[in-house]
This record gives sequence, structure tokens and C-alpha cells, in this order.
Amino acid sequence: MAAGLRLEKTHKHPTLLLAGETLVLDLCGGVWLAEHRTLIVSDLHLEKGSSFAARSGQFLPPYDTRETLACLHEAVVRHDPARVVALGDSFHDARGPERMEPGDRAMIAALQEGRDWVWIAGNHDAAVSEGVGGRYADTLSLGGLVLRHEPSPEPVPGEIAGHLHPCGKVAMRGRAVRRRCFVTDGTRLVMPAFGAYAGGLNVRERAIEGLFPNGFTAHLLGDGRVFAIGRAQLTRD
Amino acid sequence: MAPTGAGKTLAGFLPSLVALSERPASKSAPRRLHTLYVSPLKALAVDIARNLDAPIAEMELPVRVETRTGDTPAHKRTRQISRPPDILLTTPEQLALLIAHREAAEFFSGLRCVILDELHALVTSKRGDLLSLALARLHRLSPGLAAIGLSATVREPDELRKYLVPQVQALPHPQDLPREPETCRPPSPAKERGKGNVAGSPSLPMAMLVTVSGGAKADLRMLDLGRALPLSGHTAWHSMPAIYDLIGQHRTTLVFVNTRLQAEYTFQELWRLNEDALPIAIHHGSLDAQQRRRVEAAMAAGQLRAIVCTATLDLGIDWGDVDLVVNVGAPKGASRIMQRIGRANHRMDEPSKAYLVPGNRFEMLECQAALDAVEEAAQDTPDARQGALDVLAQHVLGMACADAFEPLDLYDEIVSAAPYAGLTWESFEQVVDYVATGGYALRAYERFAKILRGPDGLWRVRDARTAQAYRMNVGTIVEAARVRVRLARTLRGKPGTVLPKGGRVLGEIEDEFAETLTVGDTFLFAGETLRFEGLAEDEALVTRAPPGTDPAIPSYAGAKFPLSTFLAARVRALIADPFEWDRLPRQIGEYLQQQRRRSILPGERDLLVETFPRGKRYYLTAFPFEGRLAHQTLGMLLTRRLERDGLRPLGFAANDYGIAIWTTRDLSERAAIDADFIGDLFAVDMLGDDLEAWLDESAMMKRTFRQCAVIAGLIERHHPGLKKTGRQVTISTDLIYDVLRKHQPDHLLLRAARQDAATGLLDVRRLGMMLERIQGRIIHKALDRVSPLSVSVMLEIGRERVYGEGADEILADAEAELLQEALS
Repeated sequence: MAAGLRLEKTHKHPTLLLAGETLVLDLCGGVWLAEHRTLIVSDLHLEKGSSFAARSGQFLPPYDTRETLACLHEAVVRHDPARVVALGDSFHDARGPERMEPGDRAMIAALQEGRDWVWIAGNHDAAVSEGVGGRYADTLSLGGLVLRHEPSPEPVPGEIAGHLHPCGKVAMRGRAVRRRCFVTDGTRLVMPAFGAYAGGLNVRERAIEGLFPNGFTAHLLGDGRVFAIGRAQLTRD
Repeated sequence: MAPTGAGKTLAGFLPSLVALSERPASKSAPRRLHTLYVSPLKALAVDIARNLDAPIAEMELPVRVETRTGDTPAHKRTRQISRPPDILLTTPEQLALLIAHREAAEFFSGLRCVILDELHALVTSKRGDLLSLALARLHRLSPGLAAIGLSATVREPDELRKYLVPQVQALPHPQDLPREPETCRPPSPAKERGKGNVAGSPSLPMAMLVTVSGGAKADLRMLDLGRALPLSGHTAWHSMPAIYDLIGQHRTTLVFVNTRLQAEYTFQELWRLNEDALPIAIHHGSLDAQQRRRVEAAMAAGQLRAIVCTATLDLGIDWGDVDLVVNVGAPKGASRIMQRIGRANHRMDEPSKAYLVPGNRFEMLECQAALDAVEEAAQDTPDARQGALDVLAQHVLGMACADAFEPLDLYDEIVSAAPYAGLTWESFEQVVDYVATGGYALRAYERFAKILRGPDGLWRVRDARTAQAYRMNVGTIVEAARVRVRLARTLRGKPGTVLPKGGRVLGEIEDEFAETLTVGDTFLFAGETLRFEGLAEDEALVTRAPPGTDPAIPSYAGAKFPLSTFLAARVRALIADPFEWDRLPRQIGEYLQQQRRRSILPGERDLLVETFPRGKRYYLTAFPFEGRLAHQTLGMLLTRRLERDGLRPLGFAANDYGIAIWTTRDLSERAAIDADFIGDLFAVDMLGDDLEAWLDESAMMKRTFRQCAVIAGLIERHHPGLKKTGRQVTISTDLIYDVLRKHQPDHLLLRAARQDAATGLLDVRRLGMMLERIQGRIIHKALDRVSPLSVSVMLEIGRERVYGEGADEILADAEAELLQEALS
């Protein structure tokens, strides 16, 4: 196990020490920083369903935004954060906010009520239109942590990023389980995608593995808790 | 309707050839398509074209015959529309494209005759639904059209007779317009009103039935090795030398098996025995198409002594001089076995010769039941289908591509197709709504609608791009996501180093199977033991394993047929009647005797339930004989029920004949205290909320949903300008399914998926019928140890996937222990 990592394996939401800060890896796929009363979620990809309708005429169920926000709502109620950070690619495309249903828009407003809400710019939504509340930033520093959308190519201690949608796959006894996961080597963390329609990239792909030359642990989001899985147990797609 | 081999296909063309040859030679009138022939297989259409060309040339008839398949080049397609042949041979998918063509009305206006070949095979699937809708359109475009169906012998010929002709308006719709039904019911001599008048219900129109009876009786027997067969397993390894000898004694042998795994295994075993180097080939749906064509050509040229094959060769292509059919494993259905036997000696006057080869003791019973059924010529073809909603959605978009449609007209046309005769107006409206904007309660996509209703009340397709997307995605055969298997080159001197993109493609395997492979795993494929070296993009790279390597992975199942209800009932009857046992191989009779001594043999309509301890566990076994699918569903429901009763079930296993469940609490003790315990466990109400909840969560349901989503066009397999791979589709439909289920559980596609599940993958309907049957007829035996009957299903433990949580390790051990006990 990588240095600097402290795990309580059997805990539903395990904790992790990163750059001196204590992170709770929430089963919903978010990170909870109790000391900063900050909830971080990444890659919401809101309005991904409607982007298919707009671009290619495929009518995916238009409930993904509602579903994603409902999960976020659940986490917000549980932690009551003072600050929520959406770590980029919050909308699937720049015109996402325009297509949003009034009910979903109201839901976001309700979540933002009384909280510092930070949209970190992503590659899908670098030019997000106004009108969804909150403030915008390219990066954000919290204590020893640096929050940005895309992981830096070179190791940055304390960096929390998203963008890659990591998924871990375990194959045993003729069965394969593939789940979204956090990936960390104890110095940096890549978060799973939070959006209901967000796909996943296997952690054994070079794009992810290459970020962790000294190995990594994946924290897979199970049904009932988060599971810590070593690199050796993770298979490629 | 005629037995296989009676020559019905060419007979179907006779009226057309006569009519075409008597046609006045007029140069001025434009030629129109006269006869359309539809077959389930592209290869069959091509084959028939060849067979038609010869007599036409011989008689010097002025008749032009052409085929139109996925392989037909674009310029020929265009020419076929502008200058149609007299006879066109095609497939259901190509017909769907033709009727969605802008010129369809003109193209089909002179059509006099449509011939549907192998109709018995088509009508049992969604392809049959699609074809029925196309046929309804043809009847409308060309009133007076004669529809001829060619079918092997089936159980309910009336279902096929209805399929061929427009059904009368069955349900009133809001404006109740009968739409002059007489114009769509041609007074052709080929049709007559059905005679089977049911009191109180109007008789539905049916096509005339021509039955070719007789044909020489099949010379069919069970291969009896004269020694005990194992209690489980399907490979029939013990029979391979005998099968090899039979091949040696005949000109050409078809060896049918039920799964691709079995094909691979049988092929390899036969070659191990093949000291005479007889030309033996393998043929199944996963092999590379080129390789399959080579095998078919060699077969037609009479160069092969045997082909090991799966259902891919079930249909009526005439390939050379087969004089023996061997069916390895359980027959599963009487009609299936008769059609397979018919592949031998494709002639009416000579008996077909065939052997059934059971893989285990239960399959012996099943083989005997099949022999009896064939002797009586009893059929067990499936019931008529209720038309699928996803297929209908595809069709509605196609009709909008052809021309603007008036909803009431289209509804009338659709319900004239037999599978859709029961479609309500409300369901039809929902389908139209789905096609237009996805059918969501949250009306998010109005502005992107695919079909639009104009001020004139007619629906039209939005634009040319939508029509193009429709054409690229037509059809109902949804391939499981697959990856190609490519032979990789290895670096000499550097074992384990694989060069990507090296050798040739061997075929394809299901994505789900590829998912479970890890580097170094060995498995059987294309007749060889292969070593998995890794995935590169969408290809599984493999190398040949060293000779003598045993495949480590039991490989994938391929097609699995459930045991037919009919054969299951016969197997139960065989077991129940000791006087019948004389007809069975001696060892199976002894086995049943033992069961009677140690426990009991259930009556024909009874359900035997046994409970007994073993090791630290308590077991419950039951023998409904309803097929693996129904049993898996049953096992899951019983496990939930036991869980709620606090009996701590750990897992279950199922096969075609029964199930075994194991728990940590004593079930015999519980049954002794509570006389109703076992009866309540199997109460009919188990098909309630538990079923719904589990169904919706199950992986099979997700797979079913994916198929519906693809057929209905929610997910486009092919998209103008880019190609989506199967892998991507799989991932996203699971996410879509979860979201849709939560937010709009009554959505059209979820309804379609549940309708499929009821009869298809999960066989819920059959389970329900079984539960009805056994109420008050459950015989419970509390035993102190496992009975002979129970051993057979207990042996599935560890072999099949276990559904209980974390019980896998325990059960692998249980299997090892059990084997010892069974052998002692």
C-alpha cells in the first residue's frame, strides 16, 4: 500500500490522508472534507441525455440531470456542507444549461442556497453560460489540497482531480464486476465521475495508470460500501 | 405444410412460373415485380435462386429472377427499383427496407404473390413480427396478393394460416372506422375463411392449408453404450468413440450439438480419435464468416465426412448427401429434433437415419421422450407470439420514411397482422409518441421530434438524415456485443511478448465472455485450445496453446435451448410409470428403482421436494422439470422467501430438471413443526413483488432492455457518419436502464422488455403455469441423506454461477465432497 495512506477498510465511507488533510471517500462518489466543510463532486455531465437528442436524434431518457442532482442532494443533506465544489465537466456541453428543465434548475438553486458553490472549469464546459448560480474558477486551493479538473501530467502532491472517469474491474470465478472508483497513490487523487450517464475508463489504461508510476489503490464504489482494491487484483477491460 | 425434405420450396414457385410464362408478351407495359420470396437466411435465398435458374433456363421461360440481400451492390439495388425483376428473393430485413422506400407503393403495385419460406422458424421471433408488419403493408399496396407460407410440420398450423392473411378488425378504435375490410381481404382462390368456428367469437380469416403428409418414417434410435452414464454434464465424452465409428460407416454425417462449447468440445474429441484423418469440419455462428462459407462449400461438394454444427445449420439448406444425423446432448424439443433429423437424406422416400446421444442419465429420459414423440409425430413448436412493441416502433418510423401516414389507417393496417391483432389504440398511440419524441413524461425532446404531424393530420419523417438513420438500423437481430478473436504473433525467444495485429481472425466471442478472461487463460475456440494474451482495442489476441493443454475456462454457452414443456411432461410421465422403464436402457431403470427405495418417485403431475442435511448445510431440492431458465427464476424467488423466513439460504443451483437450495437452518425440522411450510414456500403469490423487484435488477433484464432499445431505435447501432461499437452500447444502456426504471417505470421500452422477459430469457410465464399445476400436489420427503435424484442437481453446484452471496468457496468444496459420495 502506498505511503501516507490510512484506511479503515470496513468503513462504509473510508477515510484517506492526503497532504495532511483527511478525506472521506463517500459511497456516492464524492469527497467530503469535514475540516473545510466542503463536498467535492466531479464530472456531473448534466444534460448529457439531451445532448444526444440535440446532436444525433437519439432520445435517451431525459432524466439523467434529475437523477444526478438527486444523488447530489442526498449527499448534501447528509453532510450539510458550507461549500460544494463541482470539479469540472459539470455540464456535458456548453449549451447544457440552456436545455435544462425548470425543475432541475430550481433544484440546483435550492442546493446552492446558503452555500459557497464553485464550478471548476472542465473541458466539456469551459465556457459554461451564466444563469446557474455559483462562482467560477479554474482551480481552487484548500489547505494543502489543489482542486482542478484535469490531473497534471507530473505528480502534484495534494492534487484532487477528475476528468478521467476511472473505473476498476475485478474478474473472479467467471464473473466480472466493473465499478466507478477513486484512484490514489497517497499523494494525489483522481475522483470517479458522478453523473448518471457518465461512462468510465478502466484504471489499467495508460491514461490513468501513467499518473501513478509507483502504483496505486483503487477504491471501488460497491453497493453497500467502498472497497479498497490493489492494482494486482484489477484487470483490464 | 410438409415434412422437411418434401420439396415444398420449389412447389411454392410453381404458380408464379406458370402465371409468368402465360403472361402476354407486351413490350409497352412496364415490368413490375410479380413474386416476392422471403427466407430467414441470406444463404437460403441465394441457394433458391440457383435452384430456380436451372428449370427456368431448361424451359426457356421469359422470367428474370434476382436476389436482394445485404451483399447486393448499391447500383444493382437502384436498378432493381427502377427495373424490377419478375421474381425477387430476399430476407425480412431487406423487405422492411423495401417497404420503407419512397417508391414502395409503385414498386409493389403489381405484386401477385409473396412466398414466405421456413415460416415456422420465422414466426417464433421478433423477425417474424417485423415480417408480419411488412406483409400487412404488402396486402395494402397490392390488394388481391396471394401469400404462400412454406413450413415444416407444426403443432398449430392455424396460427400460421392466420399469419398469412389480413386479420379482421379486432378492436374498435375511437372513431370506429372499419375501413372496408373487404378490400384488404382478397377473394383469391388461395384463401378461404377459417372453418374452426369458436362459439361466440367471429372466425378470423385464415389461409388455405395444404398438408403434405407421409414421408418415410425416420430410423431414429438412442445411442446405447450399454453402461452407466454420468449423473450430470452434457459433453457426452463417453460416446465419442461410438460417434466416430458411425461417421466412419456413413457417407456424410451431421453432428448436431446444442451449444457452441459443445461444438468445440465434440470437434476436438473427434479429431483426437481421428486416426483415419477423415475430413471432419466444424460450423457455428461465432466462427469467421469466410471459414463458415468454406465449410459450406466443401460440404456441398461432398468433400466432408462429418460436420459438427449448432442451430446455424437447422434450416433447410440442402448441402450434399447427408445420410446420418447424430444429435449430441438433450433433444430439448420434439419438433426441433424432427427438423434436425430431416437434414439427413433430404428425400421423401427414404427414411432419415439418426441417433440421439444422451450426455447424462436425465438426458436419457429426455431422449426416450423425444423418441416417443417422433414415433407419434407429436409436435411441440412454440405458441404464436404477441407482436413486440419495440419492433412496432421500428416499423412505424419506417412507414413514415415511405410516405406520410394517417394514424387510423396505419393502425388498421397493423392490427391486420396476426401478431398485432390484439394491439390497442392506446398502445399504438404510445408507440407513435415514442417514435416522435421518445415517449417521455418529461416532454424534453419536442423540438427534436423524428416524425412530425402536419396540419393535414398526417405524420411525416423529419428529414433525410432521420430516414438514413432508420435505414442503417433496420432489423431485429441484435448481436451481443462481440470482440474479434485474432491469432497474435509472438516474439520468438521472448515468450509472453505479443505483437498486436498479427495473424488472422478466427471468429468472434461475446463481450461478456471476453470480460471474464485474464491473460494466460486457455479456452476452446474454432477447434483449438487458445491462450488469451490480452485485449487490443476491440480484439482479443490469442495464441495457440501448446499441444496437450487442457482448456482452463469452460468456455461460453452460445445458444441454450430450454427443455420444451411438452418433452418435460413426457419425462415426468416416464418417471412416474415403472411399466415404462422396460423401454429405457437398463441402468436408468435401476437408477429410478434406487430413487424409489431411498425416497419416492413423484406422480406425473406432482412436484417432489426433498430436504436433507449434508455436511454443515441443509438442502432443499425440487424437480419441476420446467427448464433451466424457469428454475433459475424459481431459485431466486425461493431464496428470497427463505431469507424472509429467517432460514438463511446461502445459494442455489439449477438445471433443466430441478433446483437445489442450501441453508444454514434445518429445513426438515421446520417442515415437521409447520405442516404448511413447504406448500407456502411454493405458493403462487411468489410471482408478486419479489419477482418484479428481482427482475428489474437482474442482468438478464438489462440485456433484454438493451435489445429492445436497439430495435426500437433508442440506441442507434449505426449512425450516419460514425460507427458505434457494441461495447459502447452495452455500457450506456445499463446506465440508461437504471435511470429510466427509476423515473418512468411504465415507459414503452420497459414494457417491451418485461414482455420479452415473460416468455424469453426468464420464462416467467412457464414458472407461473408450473406453480398453478403443483398446488396441492407437492410431495415432501424429509431424508437423512441425499437421494439419487437429488444428486443430479447437486452436481450443478459449483459448476453453475451461484446466486447467494459469498457462498462460492463453500460450494466448490461441497461439489468435491458430493462427487465422492455419489461414487461410493
